[in-house]
Amino acid sequence: MKSLFTSVLLAISCPCAAALNIFACTPEWGALAKELGGDKVTVYTATTALQDAHHTEARPSLIARARSADLVVCTGAELEVGWLPLVISQSGNAGIRPGQPGYFEAADFVALIEKPARLDRSFGDVHAAGNPHLHLDPRNVAEVAAGLGERMAALDSPNEKFFDDRTRSFLQRWREAVGRWEKQAAPLKDLPVVVHHRDFTYLIAWLGMREVGSLEPRPGLPPSTASLAELVARLKATPAKAVLRAAYNDPRPSEWLAQRAGIPAVMLPYTVGGSDAAKDLFSLYDDTLARLLAVAR
Amino acid sequence: MFRSMGCAMALAVATAPAYAQQSDEVRKLQQRVDRLEAQSQLRGQSAFNPEISLILQGTAASLKQDPETYQITGFAPSGGEVGPPRRGFSLAESELVVAGNVDPYFRGQLVAALTPEDEIEVEEAFFQTLALGRGFTLKGGRFLSGIGYQNEIHQHAWDFQDAPLAYNAFLGGRLNDDGVQLKWVAPTSFLLEFGTEAGRGRTFPATDPNKNGAGAWTLFGHVGGDLAGSAWRAGLSYLRVKPQDRAFEDADSLGNATTQSFTGESKLWIADFVVKWRDLKLQGEYFRRDEEGDLAFDDGGAVFGALTDRYKSEQSGWYAQAMYRFLPQWRVAYRYDQLDHGDVSNGIVNNGLGPTAADFPLLMTDHNPTRNTLMVDWSPTEFSRVRLQLAQDKSRAGVTDDQVVLQYILSLGAHGAHKF
Repeated sequence: MKSLFTSVLLAISCPCAAALNIFACTPEWGALAKELGGDKVTVYTATTALQDAHHTEARPSLIARARSADLVVCTGAELEVGWLPLVISQSGNAGIRPGQPGYFEAADFVALIEKPARLDRSFGDVHAAGNPHLHLDPRNVAEVAAGLGERMAALDSPNEKFFDDRTRSFLQRWREAVGRWEKQAAPLKDLPVVVHHRDFTYLIAWLGMREVGSLEPRPGLPPSTASLAELVARLKATPAKAVLRAAYNDPRPSEWLAQRAGIPAVMLPYTVGGSDAAKDLFSLYDDTLARLLAVAR
Repeated sequence: MFRSMGCAMALAVATAPAYAQQSDEVRKLQQRVDRLEAQSQLRGQSAFNPEISLILQGTAASLKQDPETYQITGFAPSGGEVGPPRRGFSLAESELVVAGNVDPYFRGQLVAALTPEDEIEVEEAFFQTLALGRGFTLKGGRFLSGIGYQNEIHQHAWDFQDAPLAYNAFLGGRLNDDGVQLKWVAPTSFLLEFGTEAGRGRTFPATDPNKNGAGAWTLFGHVGGDLAGSAWRAGLSYLRVKPQDRAFEDADSLGNATTQSFTGESKLWIADFVVKWRDLKLQGEYFRRDEEGDLAFDDGGAVFGALTDRYKSEQSGWYAQAMYRFLPQWRVAYRYDQLDHGDVSNGIVNNGLGPTAADFPLLMTDHNPTRNTLMVDWSPTEFSRVRLQLAQDKSRAGVTDDQVVLQYILSLGAHGAHKF
């Protein structure tokens, strides 16, 4: 009877007891975990590129997946503050609480930019720790990868060498790719752009582009008619070459502005899965640069 | 110490630009410095301070009927605050929430409601285990029960200004008992969780018994997951209490004041279902309550004096609501409420010797309360919301109450949880 119960439980539970079970909050960290873990990990990604990772809810499937997770890989810096703490506490999984080896925040390994001087919500969605959209600077991805590889090796010590080797190989390929991207992106230097939300700040800083305005009057506030009109007026004085939005943003405001200002609206995948071409971290950057270079010429 | 050394080293290397191959080294050191700096900063909502948040709310209401006369005809009054808000401008409860990890083993949370009547009510004050593991969580203190779907959701996060009629009739608005809760989440790829609670039976439908042990028991189970781009959850819950002299006032057919009280067993089942798909949310719950025991009737000697006989009722109720976010900051929702008076067998009436059904205008009726509610709200950010709600409320037999309520809900402080 008891064995029947156990086998039923096994049958309905996830068929992945052997591999390291990873719960990734966002697609980029899910993709990174796959790069570093190969077939020694199973990865569940909580959000898609078409969702705003901040406005997610602690939905039932997330609680279920967190229950069996060995490692939670998230951005941190309050990006997932609305749902991750609730998911973790409701899952009853003690190993993935903050402070445990099973809890990994990318923001711990990166120097965040745009730390607000004043913590005041009248300035919009301000994050005390700084801008959390850190994965669009590939040098940050390398830092996080080194930390994540180390963590995976520590959690699954029999496979330590496997994770070490894969991490080293990834970092090697990544370094080469970053060199290639930086060369490719030379024409983007000083390219003035308007963004929808301030989620491309790291990308813009890395490539030396210039952000001349954002569609959101304050971070997190949807664009209003008044703020857009003001932006159009401002663009007359400091023209931009393109208006950028992430795959998950509403396309209408950027298209409206594009028409008014006579500049192209560019959808960037933002994260893995945000476009057909952005299948993994490498192709995410390839596609992002290709889309930007198409308007820089 | 290490940080300043790191800085000094970084500077030293940075001032030697001649060595091109060192620029990589410099960047690495710079990153180390930055990382150390980042780590030295306080993280998260709080550092050592608890997370504190404050909810401010108020209403302006226009009601056709006097809210003082509110009742749900056919259902024993719950004693809870279930009526519509006061007419005119009115402050609603201000909620102060203080929460934080106690130590590696416990988390604590207090939700205190400052009522517009200048009282402080403890809505919730509980501990929750952090380290039991294996899917188990133990909660203790005063907390919102896990039965049903809406019960666990704080009032300021509801999709309407008020609770469904079924919650008002069967739970006095909600169940928040003093007791313990044990919950277990199964290690499955979809959500499967079970919980049980033992409470004192502090509030309706119980009567706060003065006894050792538990006065209220609950059992609940939830199953949920993702399906074709939607997220859903379904649940079944059970509550059992044994009210003692659960009394309320009424008036007999001649207008004499009467007191009626119920002693016996009360069992409540709830089936709930929620599905969210993109900007659409559908939610519904069905309640069924069976009560069996003795009903005491006392008109203070006006006609019949004090009588007691068997009482048995099988009553039910349900609501269904749909909400649609038609613009990023705008939502519209409609809710339909219905209660079924069901079968009520009252021995005092059945024996034909004394009072008739007309002497029990509240309990013995053919009225099935219904309500239609429409609301639209605007949330400039996730911290503020202004809502307009229109309702046609037929809770009272033979009376329709047209209600217009304007409401604001503001939250400041620690970031609230996005509960499903």
